[in-house]
Amino acid sequence: MNKVENNKAWFLVLPVFLLVAFSAVVPLMTVVNYSVQDIFDATNRYFVGVEWFKEVLRDPRLHDSLIRQFIFSFCVLLIEVPLGICVALMMPKEGRWSALCLILLAIPLLIPWNVVGTIWQIFGRADIGLMGYYLNAMGIDYNYAGNSGDAWATVLLMDVWHWTSLIALLCYSGLRAIPDAYYQAARIDRASGWAIFRYIQLPKLQSVLLIGILLRFMDSFMIYTEPFVLTGGGPGNSTTFLSQTLTTMAIGQFDLGRAGAFSLIYFLIILLVSWLLYTAMTHVEKGE
Amino acid sequence: MSTKTLNSSNDFAQAAKKNKGIALPFTKGQFGMVCYLLFVLVPIYWLLNMSFKTNQEILGGLSLFPQNFTLDNYRVIFTDPTWYNGYLNSIYYVSLNTVISLLVALPAAYAFSRYKFVGDKHLFFWLLTNRMSPPAVFLLPFFQLYSSVGLFDTHIAVALAHCLFNVPLAVWILEGFMSGVPKEIDETAYIDGYSFPHFFAKIFLPMIRSGIGVTAFFCFMFSWVELLLARTLTSIDAKPIGAVMTRTITASGVDWGVLAAAGCLTIVPGVLVIWFVRNHVAKGFALGRV
Repeated sequence: MNKVENNKAWFLVLPVFLLVAFSAVVPLMTVVNYSVQDIFDATNRYFVGVEWFKEVLRDPRLHDSLIRQFIFSFCVLLIEVPLGICVALMMPKEGRWSALCLILLAIPLLIPWNVVGTIWQIFGRADIGLMGYYLNAMGIDYNYAGNSGDAWATVLLMDVWHWTSLIALLCYSGLRAIPDAYYQAARIDRASGWAIFRYIQLPKLQSVLLIGILLRFMDSFMIYTEPFVLTGGGPGNSTTFLSQTLTTMAIGQFDLGRAGAFSLIYFLIILLVSWLLYTAMTHVEKGE
Repeated sequence: MSTKTLNSSNDFAQAAKKNKGIALPFTKGQFGMVCYLLFVLVPIYWLLNMSFKTNQEILGGLSLFPQNFTLDNYRVIFTDPTWYNGYLNSIYYVSLNTVISLLVALPAAYAFSRYKFVGDKHLFFWLLTNRMSPPAVFLLPFFQLYSSVGLFDTHIAVALAHCLFNVPLAVWILEGFMSGVPKEIDETAYIDGYSFPHFFAKIFLPMIRSGIGVTAFFCFMFSWVELLLARTLTSIDAKPIGAVMTRTITASGVDWGVLAAAGCLTIVPGVLVIWFVRNHVAKGFALGRV
């Protein structure tokens, strides 16, 4: 759509600008302020420049949780995107059943994140949980609170349970937008199911998948509440992701300078990766 | 030759009738769908099952259905003000957040979808970066900011804090829906002598009402599920249900029954809300861009 040039439109944007400035810029400046100072109390504070940044970048806690975080986000995308596409393809296209499926699929998205953790805690425990009990009954030694491999599997499974619906619903809305004529043409060409998927459905899904992958990356990279409730970051530190490391630093130890520097680095990583993903995917879209 | 043509045109007719079945054999798809829905529902069923049991029964052994069906866990929640106020607080700040987000996002989304102005692209991207900022980063600054202006432990503080990620999302979704409305409608209305506010409220908003509904749904959803900020910015008066739930974990053990009942009750508002927008939610999930 060709837009009219009109700078008065700024007046319409002004409320958003002020609101977001209040709730984002002021706090962000506070973080910057922390990150360059050594704060003992309200009156004793010293400018230390980039000292905190240097220290945080050398901090093994950051390295470990960063690596865990990347592996986690990567696994999440690797499982949820293909699974979500499959679920969307399997959904009934219209009628009562499709409405029912939509509602059932959306339920996990609407559960508060701490309750998601609780659900999987109750579900996975070996003594009172359906899954934990039967896994152990089948002779599999499963204990998410004691074994880091099990903890990882449970956190991943929980995230798949929680968020695959988002990808599925996005793809479903993308699939519904494909006109019937495309399928008819494919029928005339006697195209195989795979060819229909590869050359009709997948290209049409690109724009929604872009949104889905970006949202899933950002949100999985910020994950905090669910693993915190489920495993508390343990056993050991095996499921401690970036947000939890940061929260422990800021609230638990009240280590303001270090937490400030950590926050900024964290934020920059998300921005950078989101931008890279976005650019890469829009290039692919243009290339086809 | 003619029979062949006839046959293939028959094929087309059949294909047109059930072209939906081409993508996947229907039964296999149905089977997979049922399996996935079971995967979604079984953990929730287990939570529900547990909420109707006494703690003795929960810890005593596994049973697929409550043996001594009890509503005591729910009775605890509905009779204790700390519990039910947790729900009321959550619903209050979530509604407040939804209203604020919609009010500021509507004009902004209109501006982004209709006009070019200095810095529009940068502003839009900057808004989206806020959706990418981890709540953990803003935890401490928010705490200090809202404490210093005397808003700590109020509903409005949580509602404003949640605007951080909801306003950009609302602008993004609404912009998608608004761009789907042809511009000629605006121009015709202006020629007919409508003023901007009159046109916006009387003609434009009704045209995108499904978009508004979907946006409200998303604002509700992301505010309802967030706990980290809500918990940090409140202590007593505005304490959200998620924070109240930690009461069940005491030194003497976890009160599993009440915890499960409280969890079940947090699912109810979400299901109600999605029921209202079920017909538009498919489009809304694509953020209005399909």
